[in-house]
Amino acid sequence: MARIIVVTSGKGGVGKTTTSASISTGLAKRGHKTVVIDFDVGLRNLDLIMNCERRVVYDFVNVIQGEASLNQALIKDKRVDGLYILPASQTREKEALTKEGVEKVINELSETFDYIVCDSPAGIEHGALMALYHADEAIVVTNPEVSSVRDSDRILGILQSKSRRAENGQEPAKEHLLLTRYNPDRVEKGEMLSVEDVEEILAIPLLGVIPESQVVLNASNQGLPVILEEESDAGQAYEDAVARLVGEDREHRFLTSQKKGFFSRMFKGG
Amino acid sequence: MSDTATTGVSQSFQLKSANVSLTALELYYFDNDEFEANLRDKISQAPGFFKDVPVLISLEKYEGLDSELDFFKIIGTCRRYNIYVIGVRTANDDQRRLARAAELALLPGSSLREKKPEAEKTGESPGEPVQSAPEVASAPAQPAPAKVINQPVRSGQQITAPEGDLVILAPVQAGAEVLAAGNIHVYGPLRGRALAGIHGAEGARVFCQSLEAELVSIAGHYKISEDLQESGWKSAVQIQLKDDLLVVTPLDKA
Repeated sequence: MARIIVVTSGKGGVGKTTTSASISTGLAKRGHKTVVIDFDVGLRNLDLIMNCERRVVYDFVNVIQGEASLNQALIKDKRVDGLYILPASQTREKEALTKEGVEKVINELSETFDYIVCDSPAGIEHGALMALYHADEAIVVTNPEVSSVRDSDRILGILQSKSRRAENGQEPAKEHLLLTRYNPDRVEKGEMLSVEDVEEILAIPLLGVIPESQVVLNASNQGLPVILEEESDAGQAYEDAVARLVGEDREHRFLTSQKKGFFSRMFKGG
Repeated sequence: MSDTATTGVSQSFQLKSANVSLTALELYYFDNDEFEANLRDKISQAPGFFKDVPVLISLEKYEGLDSELDFFKIIGTCRRYNIYVIGVRTANDDQRRLARAAELALLPGSSLREKKPEAEKTGESPGEPVQSAPEVASAPAQPAPAKVINQPVRSGQQITAPEGDLVILAPVQAGAEVLAAGNIHVYGPLRGRALAGIHGAEGARVFCQSLEAELVSIAGHYKISEDLQESGWKSAVQIQLKDDLLVVTPLDKA
């Protein structure tokens, strides 16, 4: 039985697809057979980020509508063993994602995969609801910024009421907070919300903090999930996050400004 | 059906406290033609409301002469429009004598404030009639159990306690709404909207550990975030209605 994880946020542009790519890559690297599904019908990005946009023949909607089998649609990742991608349709309408269709695909995937990562589109409409419906766990990607926090709060409320677990009265999906684009310098200056601020408002366990990094743009341009940039801070932060996801204990890094030395901070009054 | 009382004699009726809202007709002066014209005018604004409605003549603001008070005429005029005068409220002995002569029930002149029309507050049409303060209940009703919430109330969620109080042992997030017939207690920050006394209970209060609300309302009287900044913002407070105004007082001393 697979563990189904939805990567969602409410707000757009905060790093869901970047995170889905890195988390699924990280899980597969640890030996878990993982599939990552793009739920953003019409605005698909996951294939670009995973560098498989030139190998898309069939997509999620084709499978739901019986035009192709899962095997035909799944794209095997070239870099990491045990990692597969199910791309979204670019030409169809999102209404083609029916609840029954999605359920059928997820059930079929559950038989052979350890983890199913669902990359949700932004918003709280049909696509996002389909992505979160079957989740056992949810990674709520949030930027340390007021509108992102408000939207994350909204999506948490929706997760609690509109998921399959909520409808069947089961234990609710496990919620994780992933803070992305964190800039410790700006936090210290008081320009940006701190980790504590966001934790206090959203009140869900912190999975990880991904620092703002140039590497992210480069990685998406190259179609390389950030976690594979092992020297970079963002890559290592994602590695830590995946470790925590599977139950390991890891201290949070990259929370403070790296530039100032100990003495300069003392002389400046801390 | 008759109950059998302890004495063994069957009871054909029981006396109970009837907690009903009555409309009070606050009379300033009486001139039969003007009275009838005013009445016709009011009824035309809300015809459905006035059909067969029982009415109390309240004389607390009466400025005319007692000799001009002709209850028989008042009763007759009202009845022609399907309005039934059932009693008079006054502290004045002469007026009471007149009312008794017209066989009307007598109620003591009270200091209970009557609700003003809230057309501007709640956006109701100007045709809404004046509402009266509810009659004083002699027997207190069984209190409804409080609704208790243990998890944060998230943005976009709405929690209502249609009877009784609402107790929330978690934050109320911005964009969330909590409503209660009675009081609202938030053991955490109140960042959303809180509406207490939604069925008209002006004694309802809102308590919270940190006032950061978007809007607070008690029995329809509200204040928005901007107006709440001046006192008690982001501290533990209770909010209550005093003289139709929301008043914020700190919960901690000093």
